Amino acid sequence: MGTQAPEDVVERLRVEMHYDKPIFIQYYYWFKNVLRGNLGISLVTKHPVLEDISELFPATFEIALYAFIFIAVVGTAIGVFSARYSNSWVDNLGRIFAYFGIVTPQFVFAIMGMLLFCYVFKILPSMGRLDPTLTYPAKITGLITIDALLQGNFIVFFDALKHLILPVLSVGLGGMAQSTRITRTSVYNNMRKDFIAAAQSYGVPDRVIMFRDLLKVSMNPTVSILGLQFATTLSNAFLVELIFNWPGFARYGMTAMLQKDLNAISGVVLTVAIFVMLGNIFADIVNSFLDPRVYLLSTSKE
Amino acid sequence: MENSNILTIKNLKKYFFTQKGIVKAVNDIDISIKEGEILGLVGESGSGKTTVAYTVVGLYSPTSGEIIFRNQNIGNEGKNRSIKLKQEIQIVFQDPGTSLNPARNIYQILEVPLKVHGIKNRDKKIKELLQTVEIPEDYIHKYPQMIGGGERQMISIARALASNPSLLILDEPTSALDVSIQAKIINMLLQLQKNFNLSYLFITHDLSLMRNIASTVSIMYLGKICESAKCKEFFEKPLHPYTQMLLSSIPVLTDAEEDIKPKKVKSIGEIPSPVNIPSGCSFHSRCSKKMDICSKEDPIMAEISAGHFVRCHLFKQIEL
Amino acid sequence: MEKSLLEVKDLNLHYVVFGGSLKVLDGVNFRVGFKENIGIVGETGCGKTTTMKAIMRILGMTTAKISKGEILFKERDVLKMNEAEVQKFRRREISMIFQDPTAALNPVFSIKSQIYNVIKYSQGTEKKLTKKERKDLATKALSDVMLPDPERVLENYPIQLSGGMRQRVCIAMALLSDLDLLIADEPGTSLDVTIQDQILELLNELVRKKGISIILISHALGIIKNITHRTYVMYAGFMIEAAKTTELFSNPLHPYSKGLIASVPTLVGRGISNGIPGHIPNYSNPPLGCRFHPRCSYTMPICKVEKPPFLTVSDTHQVACWLFKKEGDKIGK
Repeated sequence: MGTQAPEDVVERLRVEMHYDKPIFIQYYYWFKNVLRGNLGISLVTKHPVLEDISELFPATFEIALYAFIFIAVVGTAIGVFSARYSNSWVDNLGRIFAYFGIVTPQFVFAIMGMLLFCYVFKILPSMGRLDPTLTYPAKITGLITIDALLQGNFIVFFDALKHLILPVLSVGLGGMAQSTRITRTSVYNNMRKDFIAAAQSYGVPDRVIMFRDLLKVSMNPTVSILGLQFATTLSNAFLVELIFNWPGFARYGMTAMLQKDLNAISGVVLTVAIFVMLGNIFADIVNSFLDPRVYLLSTSKE
Repeated sequence: MENSNILTIKNLKKYFFTQKGIVKAVNDIDISIKEGEILGLVGESGSGKTTVAYTVVGLYSPTSGEIIFRNQNIGNEGKNRSIKLKQEIQIVFQDPGTSLNPARNIYQILEVPLKVHGIKNRDKKIKELLQTVEIPEDYIHKYPQMIGGGERQMISIARALASNPSLLILDEPTSALDVSIQAKIINMLLQLQKNFNLSYLFITHDLSLMRNIASTVSIMYLGKICESAKCKEFFEKPLHPYTQMLLSSIPVLTDAEEDIKPKKVKSIGEIPSPVNIPSGCSFHSRCSKKMDICSKEDPIMAEISAGHFVRCHLFKQIEL
Repeated sequence: MEKSLLEVKDLNLHYVVFGGSLKVLDGVNFRVGFKENIGIVGETGCGKTTTMKAIMRILGMTTAKISKGEILFKERDVLKMNEAEVQKFRRREISMIFQDPTAALNPVFSIKSQIYNVIKYSQGTEKKLTKKERKDLATKALSDVMLPDPERVLENYPIQLSGGMRQRVCIAMALLSDLDLLIADEPGTSLDVTIQDQILELLNELVRKKGISIILISHALGIIKNITHRTYVMYAGFMIEAAKTTELFSNPLHPYSKGLIASVPTLVGRGISNGIPGHIPNYSNPPLGCRFHPRCSYTMPICKVEKPPFLTVSDTHQVACWLFKKEGDKIGK
């Protein structure tokens, strides 16, 4: 509808979209539709928002998932080593690296990485999810790497992996830096506890102590942060996807924001919100497995 | 007689309602402290002695029972106690490491009670307080973590004394400290008690310490008083099997002490959870002189000789 | 001199901290004979626990640095052992019980998983235990320390056990292997007196039955008196007095030992001494000479400049104090 639309048409549309009602009544209608799986129609693509999102989400989810695994595994490992060799060069390097990771916006990593690996060294692709000469594997999960693996198509798998490296690193480095620092602090504090000295005194080798005794007891804060970070990686993908021309829902959300496409925006925000919740619930469940005190304390005397 | 008691506790109960059930932390106790007396309240961890302290000082409201301070029942007031009463009853906590705010220096710490109680001339008063506990004046700019554990506890004591109380609750004031430091603090507490005519409710798990300072000793087990007597009598004629077990468990240094200890009573078991108090006499599960009646009926407090109370089926009330 | 099981010679240790170092141990000397019960007493922060951890070489994850000294265990220098030798030494020859059983058990592993892990390493690699043997071993270890219902305890997490039970579990784990020396760092002091009594009785019995030596650290002097043959008094990182335990308590020589022993409240009720003024020095800048001199009431000029040597007063009594230096005394270690 343009600016020239006649008053009565505008009025009719206002009534139709419940804009004449108070805000919480509007919210009620919106919420009722959401529960039915109706997120409205995008003003830009003219498709139902839910359809758009489910079409585009797997691409973003692929980045987020790998970035998350990267954050969890690499971040924790560097954290443990930084704590074990605290104040040595390993720790200092980790520290510098972490501060860089935390203060640098993701898109800077993306651009730098692109410059370095795509234009100078020419070893990684800079655009899209897959080389244009290859055909997409049949859609099962929507994650190309997994679909390709399921279908035994290794050429596609490795090519997709190659396309993933830079976006995943750009999205994950900041989070990894955070989880490194948190793991380091937690491990560092626990390292001085008597039960570690006790384990050593029984003759348990250091590497077992590091990755069994120490890691399990120190993982609680890391897991909580990881729970939050899973959703953060989704929203961090926004600019990075634009840079790599990644056909994901973050780019969709970005376009929606610029076009003030309210239905699409709320759909994207809702998706991220659901992942925030899921991440936290999952983190709490993992924590209660890692640390029995979480559930024992609520039932036993202090 | 009644008037000479600074504090009388009658049928005091304090229950906590938790998910697991009712914790009967303090279950019907009677205590009285005379003016200028030191009452030693002794018990293992989990016996409820700290709950008694917190209830008397007004941090907890009692579930039922009376706390009578100089003929005035203050039990029902709980946290809404008047400022005048708060001045009169003060507490020194167990661990000076956590009971002093690490972000405030000594001056600020001591200033708080003076402000609260509207005492003027604070600079002078703070200097006096430090003198009283023999801490150099230049300490006012130091922070708690910069001074030793003993000195910290001195500051806690000074803080408690700031409002000129007449009753001081000491909740294991020296148990976090070394004996050499403890000795100094105890001596100072005794000196202060004489100088200011204070009364102490001294809570501890250390019986040997009580022998040297208390005028009356009461033993607490699972929220109840087991035995209570004048200090000398308590140590020379302990009657309750639990008291005997405690006394015989104390590692001592000299033969003279070895002689005074009751015959070796093998200590068995641990203090049960206060959620699950054994039936009858709560001590029967660990008692070496258990009889049939003990698991069925809770004994009542009996006065065996003047001022010596025991709560055990082995002893019957004498006709006074 | 008879053969020693353990001999610590002139051990110096400092912690590296921000902007300097804490010189905690300043020439610790002591020895433990075979089947000998040794007591070490001293205030909190005098370096008792650090010394013990240095002996076991379990300071690796802290910033401690040993700058000088020898720790001879059966005539081998523990400080010169390589990693494999140290592991074997810890698994087969020495064990330690920590002060606070709550801190010494890993809160996130069940008792079973902790004991099994110790069994796995303490039994060596040559012997592979079956599941049943392993369980029997664990159950037996727990029932040896008089824990009721060991099967249930195995399934529990530390938080589900009482303090006394946790301490028993720690003892069981420390005694899993055949050892020669048990270090007990204030066993039971964090527990109630009746529980402490039970624990010490148990410990004493196990040590006698196994015929091993024990180093008992405690500031409860009564405990030391009941269990040990010889006692060292430690102050601010060095030994100031060593004597037969009975002799030390009846006739302490060092002003610090005297003050310490007089500070203990007695059951006889003779009142309380004045204790020792002041507190343990700051290790970043410890006093020169004898580290005790700022608190000592007998300080002489020499105390402020030179550290007193360990002087032999009699066959069973040594003291590090200038008051006992006689003309012509030979100064020995």
